[in-house]
Amino acid sequence: MIKEFDQKLDLVKQQNIIETLKDLQAFLGDTPLKIAVCIKAVPDTETKIQIAQDKKNIDFTGVRFIVSPYDEFAIEEALKLKEKHGGETTVISVGEGEATDILRDALARGIDSAVHVNDPDFASLDPLSTAKVLAAVIKDNGYDLVLCGQQGVGGDNNQVPAMLAELLDWPQVMLTVKAEIENSSFKVEREIEGAHETVEGSLPCVFSTQKGLNEPRYPSIKGVMAARKKEIVIKDANALGLKGQVSGQLAKLKVKEIALPPSRPQGRVLEGDVDSQVKKLVELLRTEAQVI
Amino acid sequence: MDFNLTENQIAFQEVARSFAQKELAVHASEWDAKKIFPKETIRKAAESGFCGVYVKEDVGGLNLSRLDAAIIFEELAAGCPSTTAYITIHNMVTWMIDEFGSPELREKFCPELTSGQKLGSYCLTEPGSGSDAASLKTTAIKNNNHYLLNGTKAFVSGAGETDILIVMTKTAEKEISSFVVPSTLKGISFGENEKKLGWNTQPTKAIYFDNVEVPQEYLLGDKGMGFKIALKGLDGGRINIGTCSVGAAQSAINHTQKYMHEREQFGKSLAQFQALQFMIADMLTQVIASRQMVRLAASKLDSKDAQATTYCAMAKRLATDMCFNVCNQAIQIFGGYGCTQEYPVERLMRDARVHQIVEGTNEIMRVIISKKLLEEGATLQIR
Repeated sequence: MIKEFDQKLDLVKQQNIIETLKDLQAFLGDTPLKIAVCIKAVPDTETKIQIAQDKKNIDFTGVRFIVSPYDEFAIEEALKLKEKHGGETTVISVGEGEATDILRDALARGIDSAVHVNDPDFASLDPLSTAKVLAAVIKDNGYDLVLCGQQGVGGDNNQVPAMLAELLDWPQVMLTVKAEIENSSFKVEREIEGAHETVEGSLPCVFSTQKGLNEPRYPSIKGVMAARKKEIVIKDANALGLKGQVSGQLAKLKVKEIALPPSRPQGRVLEGDVDSQVKKLVELLRTEAQVI
Repeated sequence: MDFNLTENQIAFQEVARSFAQKELAVHASEWDAKKIFPKETIRKAAESGFCGVYVKEDVGGLNLSRLDAAIIFEELAAGCPSTTAYITIHNMVTWMIDEFGSPELREKFCPELTSGQKLGSYCLTEPGSGSDAASLKTTAIKNNNHYLLNGTKAFVSGAGETDILIVMTKTAEKEISSFVVPSTLKGISFGENEKKLGWNTQPTKAIYFDNVEVPQEYLLGDKGMGFKIALKGLDGGRINIGTCSVGAAQSAINHTQKYMHEREQFGKSLAQFQALQFMIADMLTQVIASRQMVRLAASKLDSKDAQATTYCAMAKRLATDMCFNVCNQAIQIFGGYGCTQEYPVERLMRDARVHQIVEGTNEIMRVIISKKLLEEGATLQIR
């Protein structure tokens, strides 16, 4: 069945129907989009976090990795935009072995191709270094749009998408909750303190995605089988022309020490009628908590 | 010989596990308490491919093996055994039309079943015929170019909410035939929803057939083939029920393991009491044994082994008994909390209890196994 489909697709390619369709789409005012989605493998949010011996990182022994939940909105939005406008989607991740699974997961959801940036130099990068690596993968490759989760769960730096946009010298819209694209221009709603702001502009652009943008789909079994046939392109520092320029050693940000938050002391329940509870509470806020 | 899952199977397992955690596990308790049949979730499951796992691809199925299906359904069942058990029944019904239906029947019914737009039910049991299934009394009498169906089916999973019924009927004395019957046909009515011990996320009702005109093209397979079709369906159905038990028991173990670290008595966690350590050790051993038995039976069915029916019966018997015990023991470890609906283990136990009866009671499984085993030469054929 899949073989037959491939044969038919080859026929379509030979007859250049895809190019014709793209032309037709462009003529009708709907330009196909070339979209890159940057994703990160993070410890499963259910993981019981332990600090590593050197106190510079968490202990990864036995940790299960998942795609950072905010990146799921970016993947979903890329798929939705492709369904509407046509085009192609690529997912990019910087990391070691753990990145393979999340790239496969994105392919299973329907992303067309994947780039895995894997180089020992790129272990423990700071946000700026990561943005430099991603920019090297993206620039000059004809992308119209880059989607990133607003932050990687775990590190929670919330910096890579904005830095990436600056390095590419593209406009940026952070914390996107609604996105519309038409004829190379975008109209996007972003979250700001207590309100939504509407931003308009033209592509290419970097969006970071926030909860509320969409409902991410599940990978399907068919998608999983199709994903096994898709290739994951592997790139290292040399291939990106970054050897000696970007590495964990050269990163400006150094982690001195990480520690678990102090365990929360047990709460106290005040008893009695409302009047005496309020009285007691005010007294405790004055004497014990010393906040009023 | 290799007991490891293939890369594909591991990927299927991941897809099913993630669906089960996000779409089933979080709602199962509410669905159970309020007796909600989650049709929308079942449709979502269809989008992931779970409504036609071993149905052919040209009608929307995945055409995977029974072994693959067992791996997938086990993960779903860990989220909600009751809803998953219904999904497996739907798969069985869809497969029966795919396998035995005419090209017209397949094209008419399978695509909407694999896509979850329509749901299926299996109607064999009657008020007076359970284990003695062949004694069924529902009749289908030929009349011009249709059959007239009359009779009552009992304990039909999904009844009243499903669209496509597979109905076993008598077409002559000692002749059983099966039909595909749309549930909207004139003359079909439903009984009250049974108040049940478990499987509360799917309705169970009687269905009454009163002079229901079924087009003759809706005969499934040949006339007189009905009982054979019913039994073929049940071979796979038994693996499915076994696998739902394994999923339920694995889920019980997952919850118990966590609870044993959290709960403290006499100044130490439950995990430090040897009596309970031994209990959970036995629980896991029983689940692993059940899982392997179910997978063995599934692969026997996949390779069309001549003894597949016997293996399916053994797997169903073993897995449903052992996994019920595991869920029951989980309640013991949880103590008083295990008896409350605050924790899922009592629900898992109630659902697992149903599995010892449905799809052929475990006593009927022993009848099937011993009948085969006592044949001459059987000791060499089944090992």
